[in-house]
Amino acid sequence: MTDVPAPRHIPDRLDTPLRSAIFSWEALLVVVAVAIFIINSFASPYFLDPYSLSDLTFNFTEKGLIAFAMALLIISGEIDLSVAAIIALASTMMGMAVQTGADTPVLVLIGIVVGLGCGAFNGLLVTRLGLPSIVVTIGTMSLFRGIAFIILGDQAYKGYPESFALFGQGYVWWVVSFELVLFLIAAVVYWFLLHRTSFGRRVFAIGNNPVAAQFSGVRVGRTKFILFCLTGLMSGIASVLITSRLGSTRPSIAQGYELEVITMVVLGGVSILGGAGSILGVVLAAFIMGLVTFGLGLLNVPGIVMSIFIGLLLIIVIALPIVWRRMRGGR
Amino acid sequence: MKAFLKYREIWLLAAIIVLIGLISTRFPAFADPGNLRQVFNDTSILMILALGQMVVILTRSIDLSMASNLCFTGMVVAMLNAAHPAIPIPLLIVIALLVGLVLGAINGLLVWRLNIPSIVVTLGTLTIYRGATFVLSGGAWVNADKMSPDFIGFQRAAFLGIPVLSWIAILVIALFFILMTRTALGRSIYAIGVNPTASVYAGIDVGRTKFIVFCISGMIGGLSGYLWISRYVIASVEVANGYELNIIAACVIGGISIAGGIGSAGGAVLGALFLGIISNALPVINISPFWQMAISGSAIILAVVLNARGERRQGRIILRKVEAA
Repeated sequence: MTDVPAPRHIPDRLDTPLRSAIFSWEALLVVVAVAIFIINSFASPYFLDPYSLSDLTFNFTEKGLIAFAMALLIISGEIDLSVAAIIALASTMMGMAVQTGADTPVLVLIGIVVGLGCGAFNGLLVTRLGLPSIVVTIGTMSLFRGIAFIILGDQAYKGYPESFALFGQGYVWWVVSFELVLFLIAAVVYWFLLHRTSFGRRVFAIGNNPVAAQFSGVRVGRTKFILFCLTGLMSGIASVLITSRLGSTRPSIAQGYELEVITMVVLGGVSILGGAGSILGVVLAAFIMGLVTFGLGLLNVPGIVMSIFIGLLLIIVIALPIVWRRMRGGR
Repeated sequence: MKAFLKYREIWLLAAIIVLIGLISTRFPAFADPGNLRQVFNDTSILMILALGQMVVILTRSIDLSMASNLCFTGMVVAMLNAAHPAIPIPLLIVIALLVGLVLGAINGLLVWRLNIPSIVVTLGTLTIYRGATFVLSGGAWVNADKMSPDFIGFQRAAFLGIPVLSWIAILVIALFFILMTRTALGRSIYAIGVNPTASVYAGIDVGRTKFIVFCISGMIGGLSGYLWISRYVIASVEVANGYELNIIAACVIGGISIAGGIGSAGGAVLGALFLGIISNALPVINISPFWQMAISGSAIILAVVLNARGERRQGRIILRKVEAA
């Protein structure tokens, strides 16, 4: 994005189709996921319990939902650092509505509309004024969360209706959470959108070469605007889930999520320089991050130490194919 | 282009003067020289950090790990001081610089040798360095009563009526000014940002220069680690959490283009001062500090809009139009 184009590391193209399947990014992620799963199941006797596996999903579903839209945005060569601030603002608005006695459908609508509105605001600034998205969204990140702070101060909104609890705490089938179902549906929808529609092809085209895409008749500005709206929308949905799970709103809600979402996307094999990536990779990366944090949680490893593992995982997994290629083919 | 750069800093300086003027209509004592010296001192650490981030951004890279580096190095020197109060402060500063250098060099090596985009590398090391702080300290805090009086007092000591912290900031500003305007390294940094491919043909080792740039930002992070801890007299894992984006914001307000190649040390300093004045003035003029984020967010967006206008003037117009359509 802001770097000199590095060699595309994903997917690693090797000699034969079989080999490329074995050494594909997704295959690498599957191996990592299985390895962590096995380590976890040996490390703690509580890990293989269905209820505990179900709890595991809460570690990544909310961030994963945003990661799908973020993946498309990053493939198109843009980025959105304001997603966590959008969650805070949408959650604050929902909290205000609760104080006036709004019911669950209204709250969900508010979450979605505020998210969409924030995304559209980012999109307009980036596409209409031609500004770099990394800076615009650093600005809107402070702006959105700032508004949440102005409204809330050091207070918290509580008193969400009981029916609102379904989204973040409810189960659809005995151990399958509502959040997980939503995550899987979103995965299918985004997979279809990115890999099976002309819209998805345009996203890749823009990421690979925006000027060429423009001359090929792709409406670059409009497509990017839609992608920002999608990211805002998913943040709004995530805001409904998180607010429901916590049952309260504080202005510091979801602080630092933006970097975790981006880590998830990059770990999933989406090139930060744009133009390459897959939804399957993001799904696998979401599972891996969930497995790592949950497994370490069972071993009573503090959250801050888990982040070391996530950071190391990110760098090692990204570096692995590059080192591998160097060792095989010289330089 | 040089005339334009000059224009942009003068413009920013004018904005700051207007800002101070506006604040002093509500609170006259704000424009008092003594108070302005205080504001400068309060903003010193952000200015130093913004200068370190500037050289990275100029080469089209980004260092998201600076605040975590600050946190880790701060913990190292605070623990050293708590365990061995006899270590003189200048030596501690050297240690802080070296620890920061090592952390920066790790970033730099990954960017240089493995060609991983800097945003990915520093996103990873951001969490690793902060986590390492926890491992190092075991989650414990180092409080003021464990720090030696010298450790806390050094940067507060006045020299010619100005605190040492301000002098350190002035020294760093001077060094960066010389680096960017008078040295071959400074020219290489600009060249890489403007056109990396052409820089290679001009004989500049792009990878190695990026490595050096990350070493510089690492050392700045380390130096700020000592300054931050001794100023706020508490070392914990939470120190400067999320501050990396404030540093980048200061650069952006200061007119440093995130696309590389455009910006100056003066701009970075003024950008940091702008943010510093806002955070210092809000409580003084009876605006709730909760407004601070929203105001600085709006300032960033406004600055980016103005920056983009300026950058568009210097060529690449055809492509720009195509991209924006």
